[in-house]
Formats: sequence, C-alpha cells, structure tokens
Amino acid sequence: MHILVILKMVPDVVEELEIAPDGKALNTDYLRMILSESDDHALEQALLLKERHGGNVTVVAFDAPEVDDTLFAALAKGASRAVKIVGAEPGMTTSGAGRLLARILVQEPALLPAGLVLAGVQAIDDLDALVAPLLAHQLAMPYLGIVTRVALDPSGETASVLKEYPGGVRGEFEVRLPAVLGIQGAEKPPRYVPVAKVRAAMKSQKIDTVQAPALTGGDLRLVEVLGMNKPQLTGHAEMLEGSPAEVSSRLCEILAGRGVF
Amino acid sequence: MTGEIWVLTEQWRGRVSEITYENLALGRELADALGTPLVAILLGSNAKDLAATLGKADRVLYVDHPLLEDAVPQVLAEVLAGLAKEQMPRAVLVPLTNVGLGVGSFTAARLQAPAVNFCKDVRVHEGRLEASCVMYGGKIESTVALLGSPAVLGMWPGARPAENGRAAASPAVEEIQVVPREAPPVRLKKYIEPETGDVDLTRQDVLVAVGRGIQARENIELAEELAQALGGAVCASRPVIDQGWLPLSRQVGKSGLTVKPKLYVALGISGAPEHVEGMKNSGLIVAVNTDPQAPIFNVAHYGIVGDALDWLPAFTAAIPRRKSQHA
Amino acid sequence: MPDPVAYTLLGIPGWAWLWLATLTACGLFGRRVLGYVKILRGARPEKRWDHPGRRLGLVLAHVLGHRRLVEEPVIGAAHLLIFWAFVCYAAGFFWSLLRGLFPFLPIPYADEPRWMALLLAVFGLLGLAALAVAAARRYLFPPARLEKSVDAGVILALIAVVLVSCLAGMWFRARAPALARAMWWTHMITVLGFLAYLPYSKHLHLLASPFAVFFASLRPGAVTPSPAGAARREEFTWRQLLSGLACAECGRCDRACPAFQSGSALSPKMLMHHIKQLVRGPAAGNGAAFVGGTVKQEEIWACTTCLACMQRCPVMNEHVPVLVEMRRYLVGEGDMDKSLQEALTNLNRYGNSFGQPPRARAKWTEKLDFAVLDARKQPVRYLWFVGDYASYDPRVARSTCAAARIFHQAGAEFGILCEAEQNSGNDVRLAGEEGLFETLREKNLKAFGKAHFETIVTTDPHSYHVLKTEYPASNGGYAVLHHTQLINELIRTGKLEIRHKLRMTATYHDGCYLGRYNAIFEAPRRVLEAIGVKVVEMPESRTYSYCCGAGGGRIWMGDAPVFQQERPAERRVRQAARLKGVHTLVVSCPKDLVMFQDALKTTGLEEKLAVKEIAELVEQAMG
Repeated sequence: MHILVILKMVPDVVEELEIAPDGKALNTDYLRMILSESDDHALEQALLLKERHGGNVTVVAFDAPEVDDTLFAALAKGASRAVKIVGAEPGMTTSGAGRLLARILVQEPALLPAGLVLAGVQAIDDLDALVAPLLAHQLAMPYLGIVTRVALDPSGETASVLKEYPGGVRGEFEVRLPAVLGIQGAEKPPRYVPVAKVRAAMKSQKIDTVQAPALTGGDLRLVEVLGMNKPQLTGHAEMLEGSPAEVSSRLCEILAGRGVF
Repeated sequence: MTGEIWVLTEQWRGRVSEITYENLALGRELADALGTPLVAILLGSNAKDLAATLGKADRVLYVDHPLLEDAVPQVLAEVLAGLAKEQMPRAVLVPLTNVGLGVGSFTAARLQAPAVNFCKDVRVHEGRLEASCVMYGGKIESTVALLGSPAVLGMWPGARPAENGRAAASPAVEEIQVVPREAPPVRLKKYIEPETGDVDLTRQDVLVAVGRGIQARENIELAEELAQALGGAVCASRPVIDQGWLPLSRQVGKSGLTVKPKLYVALGISGAPEHVEGMKNSGLIVAVNTDPQAPIFNVAHYGIVGDALDWLPAFTAAIPRRKSQHA
Repeated sequence: MPDPVAYTLLGIPGWAWLWLATLTACGLFGRRVLGYVKILRGARPEKRWDHPGRRLGLVLAHVLGHRRLVEEPVIGAAHLLIFWAFVCYAAGFFWSLLRGLFPFLPIPYADEPRWMALLLAVFGLLGLAALAVAAARRYLFPPARLEKSVDAGVILALIAVVLVSCLAGMWFRARAPALARAMWWTHMITVLGFLAYLPYSKHLHLLASPFAVFFASLRPGAVTPSPAGAARREEFTWRQLLSGLACAECGRCDRACPAFQSGSALSPKMLMHHIKQLVRGPAAGNGAAFVGGTVKQEEIWACTTCLACMQRCPVMNEHVPVLVEMRRYLVGEGDMDKSLQEALTNLNRYGNSFGQPPRARAKWTEKLDFAVLDARKQPVRYLWFVGDYASYDPRVARSTCAAARIFHQAGAEFGILCEAEQNSGNDVRLAGEEGLFETLREKNLKAFGKAHFETIVTTDPHSYHVLKTEYPASNGGYAVLHHTQLINELIRTGKLEIRHKLRMTATYHDGCYLGRYNAIFEAPRRVLEAIGVKVVEMPESRTYSYCCGAGGGRIWMGDAPVFQQERPAERRVRQAARLKGVHTLVVSCPKDLVMFQDALKTTGLEEKLAVKEIAELVEQAMG
C-alpha cells in the first residue's frame, strides 16, 4: 500500500522565541526549525505499517529551513520517496498550504493514489486550520484525528483506528480507505536513525522537487495577524528560593497555613 | 444573513461538556456587544433534554439524527456547515477538544470562511472580531482579526469561567430536520475504557504530578513517597504516560482527566496548555522546574526553580515532622 | 635404555607407530588451526604490522616475562614456572620426536645429554610444584570469577602426566629399562595428544596468545573508524576475533570491571567467551542472534569504557572495541535505551546532551566579574574547550568559574568558542554513534579553524582524550593540555601565586580518561602538593583507579535496572570515606564531580565527605 506522510517544519521552541520588530511575526535571526512533533509520529506510524504490510512511504513537505535534513532522515528511516514543494508564497497560512498541497497531490503523478494520508494531528503554529481535515475535505476522503493506533484490516479496504477521547477513554473506529488520519502518537516512539545512515541517504538518494502552482485567488488570508506578544501573565507563581531544606520548610508552613495539613 | 453568534454544544457521554458553558459565557459577551442573538447549536440523537441547560443562549437549534450520536467530526461539520450556509451567522465558537477536533476546520473549509485555532479570548473591536490565540506551546500570543463571515473560532478550554455560561432558565428549542449524507466512511465500533486504576484521580485531595523532568521510571518512587506523606496520589503528564511509566488512568490533561484537588504539586512539568487545561483549577498549585521560564510558573501559586529529584527527598522528609508539630 | 622406537608392537616397528601418531596429531592440530586462520582472514582487516620492534618488545615483556600475570604474585610466579617448564619440555619433545621419527639421525634423545637432563629435571620438579600451587588455588582457594571448567582440570592433569612421565623415564633409565621405555612412549603420546587437543580446548591460548600480544593495539582503547558495527562473525576485525581464541578465562578482567562488580549483566570474560563461541561455531547466521541474542543488550550497554579490563588482560584482549562494534550495530538498528536516544538526538541537534540551546553554552560566564574572550573574535593563547557538563550543568558551574578565575589571575590569556563549541564526541563514539561523532568533530574542527590560538586546554578529560588522539592537528599543529597540567605549569613558573596553603588532608581520584587512558597522574598531585593538600592515596589509584561509572555514554542512560548492587560511584566514595583523616575527595573531571556528589547522597555520606574539583581548591589557595 502507498502511504503519504505530510511533514511540516515548525519553529523550535527550545531556543527562546523573539518577536520581529514589526510585532507581527517571529524574529528569524536565531530561529531554528524542527519537524513538528506529531508529524514525526505520523512518519513513524507509516513506517511501522509499511514494515508490517509492505508497500511504500512517500513524504511530502514544503520548503523551509532545515527541511532537507528532515527529508533525508525520513529516507534513511525507510521512506522510498521524498518530495519538497518549492516556490510557494512565503509566510503561507496553514489553510493556504493545505489547499496548495491538495492541488499538488492531485496534479503530480505518482503521489496519489494512496491508501492512507498521514499527518500530525496539529502543529504548534497551525493558526488558521488543521492540515489533515483540510486535506480530507479537498480530496473527499474520510478523516479521523487524534489517532494513536492504526491497523489495516485483512480486507485491505478499511482500517481499525484508535482515537483518543478525554479521561483516557479511546474509541475504536472503522475507517474506509483511502483516508486521511491526524496522528497524535505512533504505536512506538519515533525511531532513531544514525547520522551515518542519513549521510549515506544524502549521497545515494535525492529529494524530488515540485514547483508550487499558483493558487487561484491566492492564499485567501481571511485571518490577519495584528500582533504577537509574549503572553501577558495574569499571575505568576511566588518563587521560593534557598536550599532544598529551607524551601521545604517554608513550603510546609504555607501548606499548613492553607489547611492542606 | 442572521449575523448571530453561534456556540456549538459539545456533548460527551450524554453530558454537556464544561467548555460549552465557557463558550456560552464568551458568546454572550460577543452577542451583547454586537447586539445579535446568541444561539446554541445542539447536534445529537435523542439529546433534546440537554438543551435545558443551555439557557445562556437566546435559543437552541437542535438537529436530531442517529448518525449524530457518535461525534464523528465530518458528520458534525457537514450538518453545522449546512446550517451556517443557510443562516449565515457572524461567528461559530467550536470547542478544540479531543471530542470535536476537526469540526472547525471542516466547517471553515466547506464555507470557505476564516478559521482560527487556539483561541483563548475573543472580542469585538471596531465592529470586527479579534481573537487572542495561544501558539508555540503557550509561548507566544497572537492577536488576529477575522476577515469574513462566518468566522469559525476554535476555542481552547478556559476562555471564561464555566459558571458564567450557565443559566437557570431553559431556552427555546427549535428543531430542524437535516439528513446527513449516507453512512460516513468512519464508524465507531466501540469505546475502550482505561483500565480502572486503583486510584480515582478526580477524588484525590492531593496530587503529585510528574512530567518529563522526572527523567526515569525509578524516580517516580520518590514522587510516590511524597504522595504518601501528603495523603494523595501520583499522576502524570502525557510524556510520562507515553513512556509507559504510569498507566493511562493516571494521565492528567487534554487526553486524560481534569482534576481539581486541594493541592497539586507539579514536578518537572513544563506547563504546556494540553496539561494545564487538566489541572488549572486546582486549589493550590506548587511547581518545580529547572527552567525559570517554564509556562507552568504562570499558572502555579508557588514556584521553585530546581531539579525535582534534588528537592523531593527534602520535602518528603519535612512533612511528617511538620505534621507532628502541627498536631 | 634400548631405543624405544625400535620396539615392535603387533609386528609394526615403533617408529612407524610414532609416524602414525605424529601425522594424526599434526593433522588434527593443523586442520583446526588452519580453519581458525581462514576464519580470521575472512574477517574485517585491521593494520597491526606497524612498529614491529615495539611489538616484539611487548612479546618479550608479556609472553616471556609474564608482566601482567605477575601482578597477581602467587599464581603469576606459578604460571611463569609452568610456562618456562613448558618451553623447556617443548624443546625436549621436538628434539626427541625428531630422533624418534628419523632413527638413523646420529643424535641422542633429549634426556640423554647430562645438561639437558638436568634442565628437564629441574624444570620438571619446579613445574610440578607450580602445578600443585595452581591446582590448590583452583580447587581449594579459587579467586572470584575463575572459570572452573573440566577443560582446565584436564589440562592440569595432562601437563602433570607429561612432566612425571619424563622425570620417571629419566629415573628408570638405568634401573628399569622396560619401564623407562614405557614412560618414553607415555610422554610422547601424551604430548602428541595434547597437541591434537590444544586447538579444541581453552589452551588454544597457548598458541594464540603470543600472536595476540604481538598484534596488540598500540593505542589501547582506540576503536575502528567505521560506523557499520558488527553482529556477524565476519563483521568483527580479525584481532577482535583472535581475542576470543587467546582468552584463557583467567577472570582478571571481571575482577577489575566496575560494571561487573556492581552486579550488571556484563562480564568481560563472558564476552570473550561469546567471541570464542562465535569463532568456533557454525558460520554465523542472522547477526541479531548474536548481538541481542547470545550477547544480551544489557551486557552491551553496561560498559563504562574505563579500560580496566584491557589494562589487566595478560593477552591484550580488546573487550571495549568489541563492545563498541556491537553498540554500533544496535544503534544502526535504532535499538537502545530511550534516554540514550534522547541524548544522541539532542547532541545531533544542539551539540550538547542536555537539549539546551547552543546560545546558552557560555551563560556560565555571566557569574564572573570579568569578561571572557571569544576565541573566534580575537586571538588568544589558550583555547579553553569547556565541555558540555562544565558549561551546562549547574552543579559543575562553580568549578568552571573557579578555573576561569585561576586562568585570569595567572594571566593565562584564554578564550572560549561560545556557541560554536560542540560536544567533543568521545562518549558519542563509544556509545556507538560513529556518524554523529564524525559530524561533531567536523563542526569543532571548523570552529577551531576560525579561531586563533596556540594551545587547547580543557577541563574535561573525556574531551582531552579525544581531542588529543582523534582530532587531527592542523595548521602546524596544536597541543592539548588538561587544566591540571596547565595549572601545574602556571604554579611552577610562578605565574600563579599561592597566597595561602590549604593545610588539609584529602584523597584524589584518578579519572579513567586522564589516568588510565593518558597516564596523567603526576600533574594533579603536584598541584595539590603545591597548594598544601596532603594526598592520601586510595587503595585503587593511578592505573588501578576504580571508575565512577559515567563513561561510555552511561551518564546518559538510566542506572537502577543495570546495577543491581552497589554502584561504582558509591563504592568509590565509601573507599574514600574509610581513609583516616580524609574528609575531601578531590576530582579533576566534571563527570566524576557529578557522579560522586550523587553517590554521597545515596550512601548518606554527605556529612562525612565532600567532593571538590581541583580548581575549586586552587582558587581557595590562590587567595
């Protein structure tokens, strides 16, 4: 079965995030990009399915800083093809990207048909849409999000999918294929791929580039960012300082005072 | 074009979720500011009784269909979008929870309407709807304007206190016949309950929560000792559960439980919104984290910058002494 | 004595029987040995023909001189005697065999000339005495980890028979010729049998060990530069496979190993045994049956790469390189402890194992009241390669700042690379991620290329080791110093003034990468002496120092399930605490500092003992 995985690079929040002088975007000076965490899980889930049932995995991503490393790592992990979309409007919103992506999936040969399209359930910068339901809508496929397990049914026409609900409850769904799934977590944590294998992939494999077509009507931009700021703190903790012994003793007093014991 | 403010009711296991009331409270403000009615949309099967609690709204639009029993996002969105297309409200507030994730995106896509996610506040400014969205794991807030109608607002839990969204009076209920298309290609087979742990977190007075900062499975023992000394139980944020160090029944947060103990001790938890949503209403929150910028300190009452592993034994040891002094 | 080979049995003359026995024994011996040689030739190549003079010196010292064996004096002396008795008797045997096979040769039998008979008698008796000692030790007072195999007993018995038959033969020659002849045949047949049996027993080490010593690594602890790793027999190098054949199962490695002593699954001796089985077994099947199957993952990951095993091994076996090859295989499969995976992912992305942003690497300098130079922006004399733990771990910050103040006070013009510094890669390499090591090294070398300096100094011994041995010196070369060496020099040349001597008694822990790997023992001791610290040595010090348990990437992996008993660091602090009058344990490695601080907590010795990095003490004495 052919599985498509949509990958997105997002700002790495390990570095401190700074806001650009115009106040409407992130300062890119020290910004680094990293693969969105749930997309990493989506890739892992796809690879697990491929190992179990055969077939191949194609990863697709928009051009962004450090995306090449991510795509080569995906190839080193076992994806058979990596496609990078170049020439898209800079600063596209998720909804614009989603519509463009759907167009490309349909136009480019050999991307579709796919039995499954996997994407992370959401990314930390998905301001105006989630890409998985958007794709499902554009491609007229069924969708389920917050998925933590995918098993192909023997018939090959449906999949059994686990979705997370509140309170630790999960729902087991039957989804007709082809389908789009928003992955929350793969069955196993994303595998490690040694640097030597990624470098080998860089030498022996290549990333296919696809030129982004113009979108009729462009990126609709129905949402306008007026400003960005670090959150106003409605409150902040009173910080306790000192050695563990001192802090513990102070804390005990506080708790006693509040009637905890 | 009605220009109304709509709030999508979220119902889970036969009850209306808290977030619905939070959104009704917010919706009421917006509706009043715009001088338009507030309408609660209730989609379900044999769920009319639930409408009684939605009195904060001016009226309830109810659609009954067996296909709406299980909250399959595409089906809900199809119905919601259909209604919205006909009636053209000004905005639709949709909960961004595990139950309804995807409904907002589908609805917006079908209507070719603007959508925003991660909203924690919405207001009317110069006749325009502006939303505050929490992004990048809680580190950055964006203020965005919605250009177009209807605006689909994906609401994060906690936008307003839920009490403000409840009302004594029952609203008028208008039932509409809508028939969704043939059986959706997504079908719920069954629910899987979490293994009932020995402990019901929602009934504990004291919870000691462990996050990534606990570093290793064997360190959870230290947290257990503290929990015992305090007369409570251990719970965890998602990363710890994902590692398999504690069972699912101990998860607090978006995909886990919402708890309100008297004391919540957060150890090595960064404070990402998904977790905070599950514990923010705790009576007293004490957080320990090595990162002074960790978002948890914005929601905690007392904070300690340090390694939980260093600090735990001292605190555990201090308690019995204190307890005996006090007694 | 009548000529024993003239004796006829079943109508066939003795010399014909002798030919038959000899050809059979040689055939069996040869076939087996040639089989081994073929397997070794099919394994991965490794260059070990360089410096033949040095290598010969090693054989003289370690094979003929038993240098490492005599470190355990009683058995060392006994083994030395048995060895020389063996040499003497081997000479005698071949002499007699020659005469026996070619009866027309005008030479006597070996025990006929008086001088040879005397030699045989003396060595025979000494040898028997030594055998008695060895047998007593093996059966009555066995040391820990001595492999009590039937094989060993058989060998002791065979050697005894060889010696006794020769001695008895000499004794009976004049008195009972028929008996003497019987003894001669017993002797020859036993030795031939021994020859045939040898390649099938653990005494293959007799044949393999001189070669193992000759082909020893001249840079102990060095590993091959290939990322691929090994799981199948032919993927190991021939010298690694030879280790299995040369191993005599003496157990010295186990007795020295901190991972083994702490109850982990790893036994270096068993590891060698597994390699032996791999060589002897059928052509290796699926690699995972060996790495992960026969050799369990817990064994492979438990090693701290302290090198104590390799340092004690009398046949210079290569336990650590073998483990690293297996780790490389596991890493290639993505099969490892999750904490290690996280550390490696962080190292790849951020250049440090903490997952902290690179920009925060120089944040520790904010605590100082002077500015620290950026070596990329202005030329400095010393490039201080600070290291991850010294930069990012708050527990180490104090000693890092102390070192900075020392250099500043002494006018040692230094600078750091700030965010361009990456982890040196030593432990990454030994954890099996060779590709990541190469990437880190590349980035560091690039940063060095942009900076202007004369000498590199580092406070981190792991970094010291890899910078010195695996980073090529470019642009005419640069030297690498450990900070104790630099401080020693600064004190010696008067650049660093010691205003008030400390007047204290302390003990010093020789970190593995400074001591065992690089023989830096004196510099820290001189420094301590100069600042007025009286050093009381720990029972296991210098090259016998006992590892803190952090090396080989172990500091990035979880502890508890691995070490069932007292952890290495706990044992070490207990050793230190037992020393009379000692309340301070001095270290010169940031990982030692962190491991021992933790161990003091878990052993409850915090009141009794304090751990100090040497720079902290020097700073105090500096005034």
